[in-house]
Amino acid sequence: MRLAEFLEATADTAAVGRGEGRRRPGFGVRPFGDRLFAFTTLGLGLIILAILFGLALSLVLGSTPSIKQFGLGFVVSTDWDPANDVYGALPFIYGTVVSSTLALLIAVPLSLGTALYLSETAPEWLGRRIGFLVELLAAIPSVVYGLWGIFVLGPWLRDHVEPALGTLGFVPLFTGPHISVSMLCAGVLLAIMVLPYIASVCTDVFRAVPQVQREAALALGATRWEMVRTAVLPYGRSGIIGGIILGLGRALGETIAVAMVIGNRPQIAASLFAPSATLASVIANEFAEATSNLYVSSLMELGLVLLAVGVLLNIAARVLVLSVTRGQGDETR
Amino acid sequence: MNRSSEMTSQFRRKLKSDAMIAVTAVATLLAVVPLFLVLGYLVSKGASSLNLNFFTQMPKPVGEHGGGMANAIVGTFELVGMACLIGVPVGIGAGLYLAEHPLTSVARAIRFAADITMGVPSIVVGIFAYAVVVRPMHGFSALAGSFALAVIMIPLITRTTEEMVKLVPRELREAALALGVPRWRTSLSIVVPTAMTGVATGVILAIARIAGETAPLLFTSFGNQFWSTSVTQPIASLTVQVYAFAISPFADWQRQAWAGALVLTCIVLALEIGVRWMTRGAARVPR
Amino acid sequence: MADKLICRNLNAYFSRGQVQALTNVNLNVGVNLVTAIIGPSGCGKSTLVRCLNRMHEEVPGASAVGEVLLDGDDIYAAGLDPAQIRRRIGMVFQKPAPFPTMSIAENVAAGLRLNSARLSRAERDEIVERSLHNAALWEEVKDRLDAPGVSLSGGQQQRLCVARALAVEPEVLLMDEPCSALDPISTARIEELLLELKERYTIVIVTHNMQQAARTSDYTAFMYNGELVEFGGTKQIFTNPTRPETEDYITGRFG
Repeated sequence: MRLAEFLEATADTAAVGRGEGRRRPGFGVRPFGDRLFAFTTLGLGLIILAILFGLALSLVLGSTPSIKQFGLGFVVSTDWDPANDVYGALPFIYGTVVSSTLALLIAVPLSLGTALYLSETAPEWLGRRIGFLVELLAAIPSVVYGLWGIFVLGPWLRDHVEPALGTLGFVPLFTGPHISVSMLCAGVLLAIMVLPYIASVCTDVFRAVPQVQREAALALGATRWEMVRTAVLPYGRSGIIGGIILGLGRALGETIAVAMVIGNRPQIAASLFAPSATLASVIANEFAEATSNLYVSSLMELGLVLLAVGVLLNIAARVLVLSVTRGQGDETR
Repeated sequence: MNRSSEMTSQFRRKLKSDAMIAVTAVATLLAVVPLFLVLGYLVSKGASSLNLNFFTQMPKPVGEHGGGMANAIVGTFELVGMACLIGVPVGIGAGLYLAEHPLTSVARAIRFAADITMGVPSIVVGIFAYAVVVRPMHGFSALAGSFALAVIMIPLITRTTEEMVKLVPRELREAALALGVPRWRTSLSIVVPTAMTGVATGVILAIARIAGETAPLLFTSFGNQFWSTSVTQPIASLTVQVYAFAISPFADWQRQAWAGALVLTCIVLALEIGVRWMTRGAARVPR
Repeated sequence: MADKLICRNLNAYFSRGQVQALTNVNLNVGVNLVTAIIGPSGCGKSTLVRCLNRMHEEVPGASAVGEVLLDGDDIYAAGLDPAQIRRRIGMVFQKPAPFPTMSIAENVAAGLRLNSARLSRAERDEIVERSLHNAALWEEVKDRLDAPGVSLSGGQQQRLCVARALAVEPEVLLMDEPCSALDPISTARIEELLLELKERYTIVIVTHNMQQAARTSDYTAFMYNGELVEFGGTKQIFTNPTRPETEDYITGRFG
């Protein structure tokens, strides 16, 4: 039969089957499907809130025994003595701060230089390829960096760099025996690992600087470097700081690679050549075998410190970076 | 200032500018060189140990030569697969919600929470999984490991899904609505398929990221010297196995650590490069 | 002639009621006729037409108050499903928007498939062919129905969107400046199409091109500042307008 007749004939039964009316007068009600869909996606979104809340809560609850036992003294105590169930966080806080600072001292200048080269100097084709390589650096798993650190970087630092630095032995930073696991090794390895993050943020920041700013400087007779110094760097300043803070956050949280090359000795030593430990590395090393409840709780408290600092740095970084790149999307080079 | 000192000062400025540009080029070189050093050593130290045994056998006890990481490779696939089962639907669903209701206060809260969770160190995620899964189950398990990986994965997928769905032009959605297609069907059958390449990219990048994670697995899935695919038992994974062998004092295990690291790196880089090749010319995937 | 669509006291707002886009619009759209809506930029003609199939409220913060009667039934009655209304009142937009993941045939059938019509493959193919005929596109694409919808030229894409809208068998077809993104030849084809389409459908067309309105429509509504200033037979509006604003617009004094 012809299509029109077919549609006419089946309109009512098909319509009833579908639950909708095409040629009946009047209309149906808002379908159940819309409400269900919105409800489901909302529910899935709320899971994210639940995860964050649960994470914070479980860490706080887990740390409570340790907080009750040691109080605020935990943060300044250097006694990490599992055998006697006494715990203190200071060596790890020290190790985390020093290794991260060392990493930033190395990574930030290199990142800035790389970002400037990619955004100001490199031709399009080269810039894209180098940017790709930098992204690959960020993709390499942490344990692979650690492996390389143990067998390549560590021995190289021990045999070539530390003797050279050791000639400056009057500086307490460069004293002590040369071994392949040390704060220095951890710092250098961390620098290699956070560099891609800082570099890529800074590249985005520099690319967001409006072209007119550059042209204004050049029109005044500035050399390329002077233009960068007066137009690009100041404009991107908060973004750069944001990138650095992001890198710092990454360095603080980096666990495995550091655990593999830092030597895991809970001590505060002046020399960079000495082994040390960080908040993340001690958790990685000792959590699985922690025997007593207090032991586990203290490790959790270390994790809580790590969480709080990591989150604060992340928020600060995002705010700073957004303040530069927001609204500049259409004016990039 | 007379002519010649003007010219000298100009010359000095130009020289300084050229020097600084050279410095940035050197910095770039220094930044990129470690990539080749790492990859180079991986290949030179690990390739020779890659043989059929490596992929089909289990680790042998100390002192015995040979053996492989079959259980670890399978373990990684299982952990990542299970993490995806939870992580992908939640991530895409949440991303859809954020893209379709961007301005409600609930959406703002979810977005904020996702951004913060992305900044949590992965070892802390491991502690969370320990508290929530390992403790009640009284033991390490693949389930706990997958849970930790899913927690890491979800915010990543949520944000990329949101960005990619937002890129679908308004006209497409309106054209579908004007045909009388209900809102939910418009989203699922028109908007999401149009954004599919971008969404899939986000998922693959998240997979590459969690495949390389070690810290959250250390006290959740823990590791297993034997063959096990059980969800409620500890399970080996490539990352944890490489870690354990690398820090061991046994030369044979260390050799296998290099091989395992090479396999792991190949998988991760293949995913990353594959994704970028797939989306060449398309919008950049936000990180 | 009977009226297919009747607007009574239609008011439309943006930004949660802070901006009023339409004020007390009363409009009668006759069945099987082409009604054109003209006016300067920002006069509310697009908003009006989008209220006729409840697309206006899809913009966050937008709302509409009043009555729009389709064959006597108010589409703004409480609790109604806008999706079902839109199956009886279809729309073609200014920018052709074929679904990029679908072929030509799939695009035309998209409305049917997604409305969960239980038709067999053969039935669907027949509807696709008939719609493409009705949109004057069949001859050009009959040999490549599986080619991607986005592979067509701009004019062809717009006719594809018309075919897609027709495939769900609406009673009214709303067209929001359908030719403004097209070249003159494609525009002429679409205008020819209108004369054929009005035998089966009721057409409302928004246009900023007065000559187009004069050429193609039976009735014309002139809008200014969110109000319906004058409405009448096209010939009368263009040769003998009663309101001074209409005359100013027609003679090109503004807009």
